[in-house]
Amino acid sequence: MSVSPTLSVAEIKDRNKALIEEVLKVYPEKTAKRRAKHLNVHQEGKPDCGVKSNIKSIPGVMTIRGCAYAGSKGVVWGPIKDMIHISHGPVGCGQYSWAARRNYYIGTTGIDTFVTMQFTSDFQEKDIVFGGDKKLAKIMDEIQELFPLNNGITVQSECPIGLIGDDIEAVSKAKSKEYDGKTIVPVRCEGFRGVSQSLGHHIANDAIRDWVFDKIAPDAAPRFEPTPYDVAIIGDYNIGGDAWSSRILLEEMGLRVIAQWSGDGSLAELEATPKAKLNVLHCYRSMNYISRHMEEKYGIPWCEYNFFGPSKIAESLRKIASYFDDKIKEGAEQVIAKYQPLMDAVIAKYRPRLEGKTVMLFVGGLRPRHVIGAYEDLGMEVVGTGYEFGHNDDYQRTAQHYVKDGTLIYDDVTGYEFEKFVEKIQPDLVGSGIKEKYVFQKMGVPFRQMHSWDYSGPYHGYDGFAIFARDMDMAINSPVWKMTKAPWKSEELPLLQAAE
Amino acid sequence: MSSLRQIAFYGKGGIGKSTTSQNTLAALAEMGHRILIVGCDPKADSTRLILHAKAQDTILSLAANAGSVEDLEIEEVMKVGYLNIRCVESGGPEPGVGCAGRGVITSINFLEENGAYEDIDYVSYDVLGDVVCGGFAMPIRENKAQEIYIVMSGEMMAMYAGNNISKGILKYANSGGVRLGGLVCNERQTDKELELAEALAKKLGTTLIYFVPRDNIVQHAELRRMTVLEYAPQSEQANHYRNLAVKIHANQGKGIIPTPITMDELEDMLMEHGIMKAVDESQIGKTAAELQAIA
Repeated sequence: MSVSPTLSVAEIKDRNKALIEEVLKVYPEKTAKRRAKHLNVHQEGKPDCGVKSNIKSIPGVMTIRGCAYAGSKGVVWGPIKDMIHISHGPVGCGQYSWAARRNYYIGTTGIDTFVTMQFTSDFQEKDIVFGGDKKLAKIMDEIQELFPLNNGITVQSECPIGLIGDDIEAVSKAKSKEYDGKTIVPVRCEGFRGVSQSLGHHIANDAIRDWVFDKIAPDAAPRFEPTPYDVAIIGDYNIGGDAWSSRILLEEMGLRVIAQWSGDGSLAELEATPKAKLNVLHCYRSMNYISRHMEEKYGIPWCEYNFFGPSKIAESLRKIASYFDDKIKEGAEQVIAKYQPLMDAVIAKYRPRLEGKTVMLFVGGLRPRHVIGAYEDLGMEVVGTGYEFGHNDDYQRTAQHYVKDGTLIYDDVTGYEFEKFVEKIQPDLVGSGIKEKYVFQKMGVPFRQMHSWDYSGPYHGYDGFAIFARDMDMAINSPVWKMTKAPWKSEELPLLQAAE
Repeated sequence: MSSLRQIAFYGKGGIGKSTTSQNTLAALAEMGHRILIVGCDPKADSTRLILHAKAQDTILSLAANAGSVEDLEIEEVMKVGYLNIRCVESGGPEPGVGCAGRGVITSINFLEENGAYEDIDYVSYDVLGDVVCGGFAMPIRENKAQEIYIVMSGEMMAMYAGNNISKGILKYANSGGVRLGGLVCNERQTDKELELAEALAKKLGTTLIYFVPRDNIVQHAELRRMTVLEYAPQSEQANHYRNLAVKIHANQGKGIIPTPITMDELEDMLMEHGIMKAVDESQIGKTAAELQAIA
């Protein structure tokens, strides 16, 4: 379906530049000037993608971003399975974010794990006027009563909490004392803070630092027998089981995973992490803050990795192994060798069906770059990409390790821009979120959700790649796309028809 | 309804808004007008002199007990006091918690929706000292109070507050039709007080509608939780409030859009009247010790 796969890089660059000019024309002058800074054609050799990022979206455009509450409750804290996360404020934020990410976990929901449940203080007018502190304290009491096996509570602030100045810290401290030092974490992630969910990640990271790490006595003995091979998985949310298909690889190479952050994670795992020998970081954007903190405070090195597609997996396994001794390095090689036949079979099956197909991506803060290698392993090419809430360090990583010369880059893309870009470039696949899915499918473009894996997955690790390849083939080569044209539009109807 | 007069008293905290407004409204009631007082201060003391009681059940406290404001009936919150003056208090949270401004909005909406304004001639809103947020501006928004009376004195900060309130009125004058009815000076016996009050009124484009002299009888009445009108109806002070009531009644439709001035202009005005001495610019921010060192 690509318009012309035979364009040279120079021609692609010219086309993309013209396309940017074209979309900017519809905006008022001031908006065009601001949006122009977020759109670019990548030039090989540049240290970043040449776009501004992490800047407030312009009112009136359709941005794809979320808020700080989404970043804390939805992303970082929500998957911690044995803690209860209170959406503190009016009911809507909790209701609409209920089980929105498929953070798989093991446990008995409602007994010892609570991820797919929803707790809210359901603010009413009187709570705004008189403050919600008493109600919050009561909810904590009820939680203790109804769910005695919970291991902790977090308070995820919605906007009004910050406006009326409720003292959630005081309530948390008082209740923690009342319940024998129970971990209760107030999180100031009011939605109006910052420009996107990104600040919510940072606030949530800081809350872990202040209310989990700093509560542990610095000289306390670890509650487990340490080994030289203890690592923590940071920034894997176990969407569709991603962390599980990652964890087994680390374990197979001889490492011991002492914590998963935060998919299928627990409070005990958060508390154990300062004793890790290495933090391996998948989602850099949402958890680099706490990784840096652990490096500074506890001297734990951290290592970014990428478990999408066999090329990046092999590269990452070797990189992780380089922090350890020969036993682990050999282990990494054995793992790579063990899965190579599986990967060869997957590629033999799907590459012929996907070779040369083009993809345009628009995802959150990691996948706009991280999945590129997996597509390339299948012979596909990413021709456009951008982040909802990435920062410049994400665009640096993208430019230096991932995208090709001439790739179209769009930061915090607007609804109009994304549609127009896809319409003109005609990629074989668009990978983005649920809000984008039906727009593009109605345009006749195959689509995969790259936040939720379209209710499939896992996509991480070797096992994940087999599923990824199948899903991309399924989306692109579905026979349904041959039927998107209405029959009466393909044939000329006679102007006059004889009466019967 | 068409003849309903909606007025509001604003002014610096402690200036005597509640006292002035209750005495004046009692005088209006004497003239035969049917009055409703809406207290918009979380302290809920705007109707104390009329009801002889402090802090009746407020709209917000009753609503909080009942579950929500929709569960309340107007009869539960409306109390009748001296000369059949009807009184409601919005109420609100204790200092330091929640959002009192939202409380004012909730209360006023409740009163409107439940027909509190039927069969009355005057609604008077008594609002907390400064217009600190949108909630406390509620009475001057959306066609509520038509005329605002600013209670002030010859003190610098009282005039400063009066000027700030004028800024609030100006903001809503075009969208909501609110007007500044005039200034009421509550005498503090500061230097050249009348002169200053008149000068400020002129600057704001309005008039000093009345100068209420200071008289201890007001305190005597207040200790007994009464208006002067009720406590000492024959007194000189009671007559002053009656005069003010007559002026306000005659002031219908004469409100203006104020022309607030800058802080500098306000200081200049004080200097003109010799209240503040002109200060050499080079001395600003210098301590007494520093100034001595220079001299």
